Amino acid sequence: MANRIQINKEFVDIMPQDYLDLVETGTFESPNRGWKDFGTATELIAEHSLCAGCPESIAFRHIMASIPNPEDTVMVGSTGCTSLVFPMIAVHNIHSLFGNQNAIATGLKRALAVRFPDRVKDVIVLAGDGATVDIGLDMTLQSWFRKERFTTICFDNELYANTGGQESGLMQKGFLAKMAPVGKRFDKVRLPEIARESGCDYVAIMTASKPSLVEKVIKQAVLIAREVGPTYIQIYTPCILEIGKQSMEGLQEMRTSEAPGERFKFREFISPEAQSFLDGLAEKKKAEKIAATT
Amino acid sequence: MATQTDSRVPQIGQRNKKGQLVTDPNELFFLSPRTPSFLTGSEVIREAIRRASVDFSVAYPITPQSEASSLVGELYAEGYVGDYMRGESEFAVMGECAGAAFAGARVFTTTAGPGTLRAFENFPMWAGSRLPIQVVFTVRGINSPLTIQPDTLEIAFMLETGMLLWHAESAQDLFDFMLKGYYVAEQPEVHLPIGVICDGFFVTHTKDMVMMTPEDRTLPHYDPYRSPVVCMDMEVPPVRMMRDPFVMKSNYISYMTHASWQLEIRAAIERSRKHTIPLLDGLIEVENSDAEIMLVASGTAVSQAREAIRLFRDKGVRVGLVKIKTLRPFPTEEIRKATEHAKHIFVPEFNVAGWLAREIKSTIDRNHRVVAGPHVAGGMTMPPEIIVEEIEKHMAHRRNKELVHG
Repeated sequence: MANRIQINKEFVDIMPQDYLDLVETGTFESPNRGWKDFGTATELIAEHSLCAGCPESIAFRHIMASIPNPEDTVMVGSTGCTSLVFPMIAVHNIHSLFGNQNAIATGLKRALAVRFPDRVKDVIVLAGDGATVDIGLDMTLQSWFRKERFTTICFDNELYANTGGQESGLMQKGFLAKMAPVGKRFDKVRLPEIARESGCDYVAIMTASKPSLVEKVIKQAVLIAREVGPTYIQIYTPCILEIGKQSMEGLQEMRTSEAPGERFKFREFISPEAQSFLDGLAEKKKAEKIAATT
Repeated sequence: MATQTDSRVPQIGQRNKKGQLVTDPNELFFLSPRTPSFLTGSEVIREAIRRASVDFSVAYPITPQSEASSLVGELYAEGYVGDYMRGESEFAVMGECAGAAFAGARVFTTTAGPGTLRAFENFPMWAGSRLPIQVVFTVRGINSPLTIQPDTLEIAFMLETGMLLWHAESAQDLFDFMLKGYYVAEQPEVHLPIGVICDGFFVTHTKDMVMMTPEDRTLPHYDPYRSPVVCMDMEVPPVRMMRDPFVMKSNYISYMTHASWQLEIRAAIERSRKHTIPLLDGLIEVENSDAEIMLVASGTAVSQAREAIRLFRDKGVRVGLVKIKTLRPFPTEEIRKATEHAKHIFVPEFNVAGWLAREIKSTIDRNHRVVAGPHVAGGMTMPPEIIVEEIEKHMAHRRNKELVHG
């Protein structure tokens, strides 16, 4: 299936330069694609309309550089700041309603499996914490109970950013916000633990500060979802606007929050089935390396 | 409904994995031999889906559609349906249907009453996303205290969702509307979701004689590449759809975009007429259009109206009938023409609101002729005598008024 992303010769003279760049210097069908392509390749996300310095844009960029098969990946979003970015993403993506993203992904993944039984078609959900944990929690969990084969990524900014900073279930206890006028009264929902108990074969909680770590986690999550079962990644993407930070302070905020003992210290859960799948991949890679050197 | 050019998909003239012959839709509808079967409405739904090359179906139990959606599950187990699952709620079910339709699948689901309302946010989204999903609404009451009884009130909520809405009078209509519904809904210039409506219990739970197409013939598969919007399967080269998502902004071009898209959905409903009229033999059926008294109805109210007309005939009174087959598109011109000679237009309905009478009143001239009723609701039946009584009462009242004021 090499060279699937091609341009119709009839259209070369009328398509925008951005499109030609995507075809010619994009990273579709590149087996070793990753964040190291930054600066030399045309990225799947070019610009964004988020606030200057928004960590969500950083996370988006790292994720889009890391997904293993963008030429066969369909993404599902939800309403919120992420829905302002998706129109600029160069893989097919769906926005339908607020909170139904895991239901959409369920039908999408199953129908792609019916239509393309011999091909890999990855489905990735990317939505905010309100969509994932509050309004959409039922559908998030039910898709995991059913062991639906796709990856769910939650951009956790611990509040409703796009509507102006209201309390969300992933907000920290005591945080003063709109709709939490005397401070949030209950703990941050422990969705990573719930994900593990609900049937996810791989769970990670992290920030977007380290591109190499994001790349590793995303690749693992997508491959495990493809072969083993549902996967969940929760990434801290602080809303600098709503927590009173400057544009250049987002990266530091993520670093501070992932320090030992902090709530976004990197943690991952890998089910025994997922672990043996990853071990198999590693062995295969090792064997290929040996074969290449001998 | 040109068959997908995909080599895995059987084309017209070829057999699918169940041995069914993929048949040209018009040949299937009009030329295939039909044989009588005595079936419940739920079984009719199963038999229509057996012949519809459905890729994906989602089920969720709610009376009175539960039997139908579990029968579709049996079809899946037999290999007639690509994939099938039980969803977690109607809101999620309609999302799962949407996801599959976005992926280029032909999708079927069914719900009723409270399920319809729980799912409601999805329907305008389906229409706006141009997803030709078929849902059968086996309508029932939506009031509190809890009811599971037949009632058509939920249709009133569906009218402005941007969906095609066809209302079956009988099990035969249900069978034909389901198969023909896919054909019309999937036309590139239409490409909208379709609600095939049947009255819960009255149609779903009663047995009726239905003329069926052969079991070993099926509709051609849905071709997602004839869709007016991109199929989300990454099989066509991706584009960054918008460099700047103006549709979510507050400016004039944003307002214009949304307004014109809403108008386009409504225009697509109107464009479905030319495909629907030959398939359904018109959007309405008319009897005795020269009569002074006309009954206008949809669904099983039509059958009751037919009986009332027979009772009037026995009394020597000529009464006419307009059966409305499609609520969206609404047959405005057809109804105007069919009722132009009528002096009195009665609209019997199985709901408290009289939404069909309201629709008719808002579209025909001299609408003082329209009498909204008789109404029954909450599961009550509508014996034809009630229709006769309502009409006679009204006519007597009119005569008295004329005597006083005339």
